[in-house]
Amino acid sequence: MSGVVLYFQVHQPWRLKRYTWFDIGREADYFDDALNGRILRKVAQRCYLPTTALLTRLVEESEGRFRCAFSISGTALDQMQRYAPEALEGFRRLAATGAVEILAETSHHALAFLTDEAEFRAQIEVQAARVLREFGRRPTTFRNTELVIARDVARVAEAAGFTALLGEGADHLLGFRDSTRIYRPEGTERLRLLLRCYRLSDDIAFRFADRGWKEWPLTPAKFAGWLEDVAVRRGADDSVVGLFMDYETAGEHQDAATGILTFLEGLPEAVARHSRFRFRTPAEVVALKGSALPLALPRPVSWADAERDLTAWLGNDMQRAAHEALYALLPRVKAHGDPGRLESWRRLSTSDHVYYMSTKFFSDGDVHRYFSPYGSPHDAFVAFMNVLDDLALRVGAPRVAVPAALA
Amino acid sequence: MRVLMLGWEYPPHIAGGLGTACLALTRALAAQGEDVLFVVPHRHGDEPAEHLELVGGNDVGGGLPAPRPGRLARQRVASVLSPYARPAGGLARPTSGPRPYGPDLFAQIASYEAAVRQVAREASFDVVHAHDWMSFGAGAQAAAEAGVPLIVHVHSLEQDRCPRGMDPRILAAEGAGLRAADLVLCVSALTARRAQAAHDLDPSRLRVVHNALPDLPRRLPRRARRLRAGPVVLFLGRVTAQKGPEILLEAARRVVAVDPRVTFVIAGDGDLLASMIERTAAVGLARHVAFTGFLKGRAVDRAYAEADVFVLPSVSEPFGLTALEAAARGVPVILSRACGVAEVLTSALRVDAWDVEALADRILAVLHRPALAALLAREGAREARALSWASAAERVRAAYVEVCA
Repeated sequence: MSGVVLYFQVHQPWRLKRYTWFDIGREADYFDDALNGRILRKVAQRCYLPTTALLTRLVEESEGRFRCAFSISGTALDQMQRYAPEALEGFRRLAATGAVEILAETSHHALAFLTDEAEFRAQIEVQAARVLREFGRRPTTFRNTELVIARDVARVAEAAGFTALLGEGADHLLGFRDSTRIYRPEGTERLRLLLRCYRLSDDIAFRFADRGWKEWPLTPAKFAGWLEDVAVRRGADDSVVGLFMDYETAGEHQDAATGILTFLEGLPEAVARHSRFRFRTPAEVVALKGSALPLALPRPVSWADAERDLTAWLGNDMQRAAHEALYALLPRVKAHGDPGRLESWRRLSTSDHVYYMSTKFFSDGDVHRYFSPYGSPHDAFVAFMNVLDDLALRVGAPRVAVPAALA
Repeated sequence: MRVLMLGWEYPPHIAGGLGTACLALTRALAAQGEDVLFVVPHRHGDEPAEHLELVGGNDVGGGLPAPRPGRLARQRVASVLSPYARPAGGLARPTSGPRPYGPDLFAQIASYEAAVRQVAREASFDVVHAHDWMSFGAGAQAAAEAGVPLIVHVHSLEQDRCPRGMDPRILAAEGAGLRAADLVLCVSALTARRAQAAHDLDPSRLRVVHNALPDLPRRLPRRARRLRAGPVVLFLGRVTAQKGPEILLEAARRVVAVDPRVTFVIAGDGDLLASMIERTAAVGLARHVAFTGFLKGRAVDRAYAEADVFVLPSVSEPFGLTALEAAARGVPVILSRACGVAEVLTSALRVDAWDVEALADRILAVLHRPALAALLAREGAREARALSWASAAERVRAAYVEVCA
């Protein structure tokens, strides 16, 4: 059985308000409600509402043959609840069809696995309980923030009871190996790793709307043909193609005028007609008894940028300093005991904040800039550190700022 | 190619950045084989001119030709600039030597135009390249009489220098020159947009040629000797409204309230210097703000070496070469968004020109967040040092080729 796993990531960060040194100790409200509400409502209008309605219809019309998976960060769930409850209702309806698996991640889309395993486990548990509450089923598949996989991520995921883990099928991870096989991460026994087929995923997520692309316009039939080619090349019938992408790709980053929704609409029938593939959720794939090849994870692998590593979040001194200062504060925040302060800290742990500080492509102005509410990565760092200093004051910790060196 | 280049000042006799840019540009042009005849209002004899032919108004016809009566009415210019702002009375510190001309700027320009006319009649050249409005009239005449193309080079616009009191005659001279030119070179895209909007120019005749730094030693000593105990915030430039020193003083009040160890160094002369000193004392900042007056040569290097952060809070800054000088020396830079240099220096903090609180916030951030200061220092130096006058000269030569084709 050749399976295609279509998984969408839904995430929105709590963006900070303009927060200067002079707000420290005076302003305990860090987040820009107006901006966050505006963005969430816009994305709901362009993507969450129409695309979720479309997918629900596809599941119903195909009588469940079309299936897919979602992970919705806790911060996105909170924002939907507050700013566009009808979008959350749409996801609930989609999940209620039974053809959609909701995955687990960290509640705040954090990079906790790198620095604080207890917090990593805590955020996973918060999110798993949340998914159970919102969608009626406890998740059995884990995807880490930005699809980062590493030895420790796999170990913690298995210990937390997950049976499947999603990851990036990066060339430098796989070498000669095939991203359409099922793997067992080293150091785990029962956990199965499903990988993203980045070429086919990015054909939909990035290249679809590019009129300069030689394959433009991409039709469902053509795409289904490419899927079939994968199986033909493998010469086997047990390929699993992971099509993993940001949900906002479908209607927001690429708007309806690009034809992306029409493409998705035609995909189930085209896949059924032109390929041997069937839509599967991650849990269904790993439930099939089959061999899993062992795979070593010597260093973290993500789905970002050409490097597929962590440099988009921890690539420069500002990002590392912010990350270190954030996690250094956590014990004090927890000891302080105020759930409101812990929630503030966790919102600051969302990886987007350090992503905004990336200088990798700042001068070229590209994808990093598209997502940033700041004029520059430096402004992102300055505001973040000011907020962190305020939080430090409020939990009775020493300020992060260090006095400028004396001569 | 033989270039008749017209400029109002030439090092070491300079009031602003124009002369420095002219020297660096002509050196790079000469290195690329261009033949430059440069006319200044007055040649002192001590100018570095081995790479070109430098002629002063005083070299022409045994003295300065008087302006023809009736051609231009002699009027005092109330503008703060003449052509760039001069120090206010009591604190005046002439940049060098006696001033060759009287106080009436338009009379000086008429004299300059007469001198250029004479040079142009005797010399042969393929193109005229005039820097800033003072030489635009002379350039237009010379180009028209010789039947060669005119290129004008905008280092600053009247609206940059006197946002609150533009002189209509200067504006007219500037506009006439820009419209007469076959191509207009601007020191930043920001300046090109402003020139285009102010004088309704055809955008296809605008070209951007960013300034660069003159050759720097490979490594400059940092922190050689610190005179002050606490962190130092440096402002280096003319103390005039255009450069925003009053905004910096307001930011200084906020910064010092948080961190009293900080010293602000205001290096430069200008029409606002006296009132700035008075205001500093009046708001109780006298111990935290040091006024050095006009600095040159090694004193400038020392000022940069002592600085923990360099601030260019200009209300309007066509380029802002000092920001590159600071960045190249590894000093973190904060710019207002009204600075053209921001187009080539991305590793600098940027604030809106009038946003005092944001400026104070960023100063404190650089002084108290070592990761930020280190990144700005390292990346800023890399960016500033990557810019060269050689590539600026290549763009200028491309403009010569374009207009002569």
